[in-house]
Amino acid sequence: MLKITRVIALALPMLGGAAYAQETIKIGYIDPLSGGGASVGEGGLKTFQYLADELNAKGGILGHKVEIIPLDNKTNPQESLIQAQKAIDAGAHYITQGNGSSVGAALADFVTKHNTRNPGKEVLYFNYAAVDPSMTNEKCSFWHFRWDANSDVKMEALTNYMKGNAAIKKVYLINQDYSFGQSVRTQARKMLGEKRPDIQVVGDELHPLLKVTDFSPYVAKIKASGADSVVTGNWGQDFALLLKAAADAGLKVNWYTYYAGGAGGPTAIKQTGLDHQVFQISEGIPNSDNPAAMEFEKAFRAKVGLSLWYPRAVNEMRMFKAAAEKANSIDPVKVAAALEDLKFDVLDGGSGVMRKDDHQFFQPIYISSFGTRSEKEPFDEENTGWGWRLAAKIDTPQTMLPTTCKMTRP
Amino acid sequence: MLELIVISTLNGVLFGMLLFLLSSGLTVIFSMMGVLNFAHASFYMLGAFFGYQLTKWIGFWPALVLAPLLVGAVGMAVERYGLRNTHKHGHVAELLLTFGLAFAIEEIVSMIWGKSPVDYRVPAALDFPAFTIFSTNYPAYKIFMLAISVLIFVALLIALKRTRVGLIVQAALTHPHMVGHLGHNVGQVFMLVFGVGSALAGLAGVIAGPALVTQSDMAALLGPILFVVIVFGGLGSLPGAFIASLFIGLVQTFAVALNGSLASTFGPLDPSIGPSVLTDIWNVTIAQIAPVLPYVLLVVILIVRPMGLLGTRET
Repeated sequence: MLKITRVIALALPMLGGAAYAQETIKIGYIDPLSGGGASVGEGGLKTFQYLADELNAKGGILGHKVEIIPLDNKTNPQESLIQAQKAIDAGAHYITQGNGSSVGAALADFVTKHNTRNPGKEVLYFNYAAVDPSMTNEKCSFWHFRWDANSDVKMEALTNYMKGNAAIKKVYLINQDYSFGQSVRTQARKMLGEKRPDIQVVGDELHPLLKVTDFSPYVAKIKASGADSVVTGNWGQDFALLLKAAADAGLKVNWYTYYAGGAGGPTAIKQTGLDHQVFQISEGIPNSDNPAAMEFEKAFRAKVGLSLWYPRAVNEMRMFKAAAEKANSIDPVKVAAALEDLKFDVLDGGSGVMRKDDHQFFQPIYISSFGTRSEKEPFDEENTGWGWRLAAKIDTPQTMLPTTCKMTRP
Repeated sequence: MLELIVISTLNGVLFGMLLFLLSSGLTVIFSMMGVLNFAHASFYMLGAFFGYQLTKWIGFWPALVLAPLLVGAVGMAVERYGLRNTHKHGHVAELLLTFGLAFAIEEIVSMIWGKSPVDYRVPAALDFPAFTIFSTNYPAYKIFMLAISVLIFVALLIALKRTRVGLIVQAALTHPHMVGHLGHNVGQVFMLVFGVGSALAGLAGVIAGPALVTQSDMAALLGPILFVVIVFGGLGSLPGAFIASLFIGLVQTFAVALNGSLASTFGPLDPSIGPSVLTDIWNVTIAQIAPVLPYVLLVVILIVRPMGLLGTRET
C-alpha cells in the first residue's frame, strides 16, 4: 500500500494539470476530534460532511467531487501543523479549521510559508470560526479567508445591544486564557468603557482553555462580586460547565455570550432556569424568519441529528463553489482571487461580502436569547423545549470595522 | 468575602476528598508493589463510564454499587494476568505495562462511548440545593459526594488498622516473604488490594462523573494531579495522601478565588518600560496560575523533603 502511495506521490507532479480534471477536491478538516474540544469538533465535521454531500448531490464543484478529510488536532497548534502537512500530503489544496484562534494563527502562518516555498502547489485556509481580530489585521494573509465575524465585530454589536439596557450596572468578564479570550476581555473593557462609562467591571477572569472540569470556584467568585451580568467568549465545554456550575450555585445573572449554543450549552442554560436571560451573538439562528434557512435547518436536523451550529460553514462551502465557478477553476490561487470582494446571499437572508482588504466576510449578525418558545419558533435545542428568539439584527454595513491589514499578494 | 471563603472551603474540601478517593488506592498499591500504577486514573474513568452506562440501564443507586465492583474486577484481572506475570521482569516492565494500559483503556473507552462528553446526569433524587449560605446554593449532590468520601476514608482506616485482613495487608506491604512463610497467600492479598484500590478509583469515577465531565480524556486531566498528591503526601502513606489531597484541593480552589497579582501588590510598572515579558508576569493574577500551583508544590517538596510529608523512605 505504502509503495503504491509513493508511486502516486511521485507520479502526481509529473501529470501536473492533466490530473486536475478528474480530481476530487479534498478539504482537510483540522479540528479537535478528541479531548475537551471534541464535542464542537465532531459537530463541525458532521456539518462539513453534510455540506459536501449536498454539493456532491448537485454535481459537486465544476464536476469535481468534494471530500472532507477529518484530522484531529487536539486543539493544539503544533499538532495542527502536522495535521495540515498530512492533509497536503493527501492531496488537499484546501484546509478548513475553526476552533481556537491559537490554532488558526499557527495555520495561517503555516499556509503562508508553505505557499511561498511551494509555488504552484498553493493551499488555501478557510477559517470558519477562529475569530481573533489579529488574523485579519496585523497578521493578515492572502491565503486565509474568514467566514465568521471577528471578535471585535461581535463585541461591537454585543456592547451596542447592552448599551440600551439600563439595568446593567456591574459586569463580570470571564474568558479562556488564550489569544481569543484575551481579545474578548480587552475589547469588552474598552467598548463598555466608551459606551457606558457608568458600568462597573467588577471582575476580569482568565481561566485555562478547555482544562477546567469544575467551575464552582469561579462561580463563587462571580457571586461574591455582586455582578448582574457576565460577558464571556467561552465555547465548548468551558461554556457548558460554567453554566452548569452557575445552575448548581443558583447564580442569577444575565449572560452575554459568543457561543452559548454550543454542545451542552442549551442543556446547562435550561438547568439554570434563566428564561431569555442568556444572549448569544451569531450569524444566524434556527428560529429566524427566513423560510430557506428554516428549510435547511429542518433537513439538517433530520439527517445529522444536531442543530445547525455553523450557518457560516454553509456560507463558506457555498461561496467556495460560487468562487470556483466564477474563476472556472479549482486552482487555489484563482479561487482566492475570485473570492475577493465576492458578494453572496447568506443562508439566513441578506447579503454578505468577502472584503478584499483583509479577507474578512461581512454579513448580517443576530443577537438572540434562549428560553421558552412562541408558536413562530419551531426549533428547540438539545430536547430542552427551549429555543432561540431573535433579540436584535445588525445589518452588514453596521458590522464593517476598519482593518489595519496590509496584504502581500502573490 | 466571608461567603467566598466558606464556599471555597467547601469546594476545596470536596475536590480534596475526591482526590483522596483516588490517591488512597494508588498509594496503597504503590507501597505494596513498589510500582506506580499509571493506569490508576483510567480506572477512575472506567468507573465514570460504567456508572453512566449502568445508570442508563438500571438506575443510579444500583450503578453506585455495581460499577465500582466491576472496575475492581477489571483491576483484579489486570493484577492476576498482567502484573503478576511481568513482575519477574522487574519494575520497569510493570511500569510499562500500566503505562500502556492507560492508553489502551482510553482508546477502548473512546471507541465504545465516543470522544465527546456523555450525558451523565446527577440523579433526580439528589438534584436539589442542600442548603443556602449567603444566597449561594450548595447542591445536595456535592454533599453526597463529600459524605461518600468521608465514609470510605473511615472504612478504609478501620479496615486497615482494626481488622485481621488489614493486619495481613500491612504485614505483606513490608514483609511479603515472612507473611508468605506464615501460610498466607501473598499473591491473593496483592490481587485483593489491587482490586480494592481500583474499585475505589471506580467509585470516585461514578460519583464524580455527573458533577464533572464524563469523557474519554478525564483520566488524562486528573492523572498528573494524582501523582502530585501521592508524592507530596509521601509515597505509600495513607494519612499523607489524605493531608496532601485536602491541601491541594484547598490550594487550587483558593488560588482561583484570589485576585492578587504583583501589580496589585506593588502597583503598576513604570509605563516607560513598555509592554514586555516583565509586564506580562507583573499582571498575571494568582487565579491564572492556579492550575500550575500543584506542580510547583511538587517541585518544592521534592527539593525540601524528598520523602514527602509523611513518607518514610526516599524515592
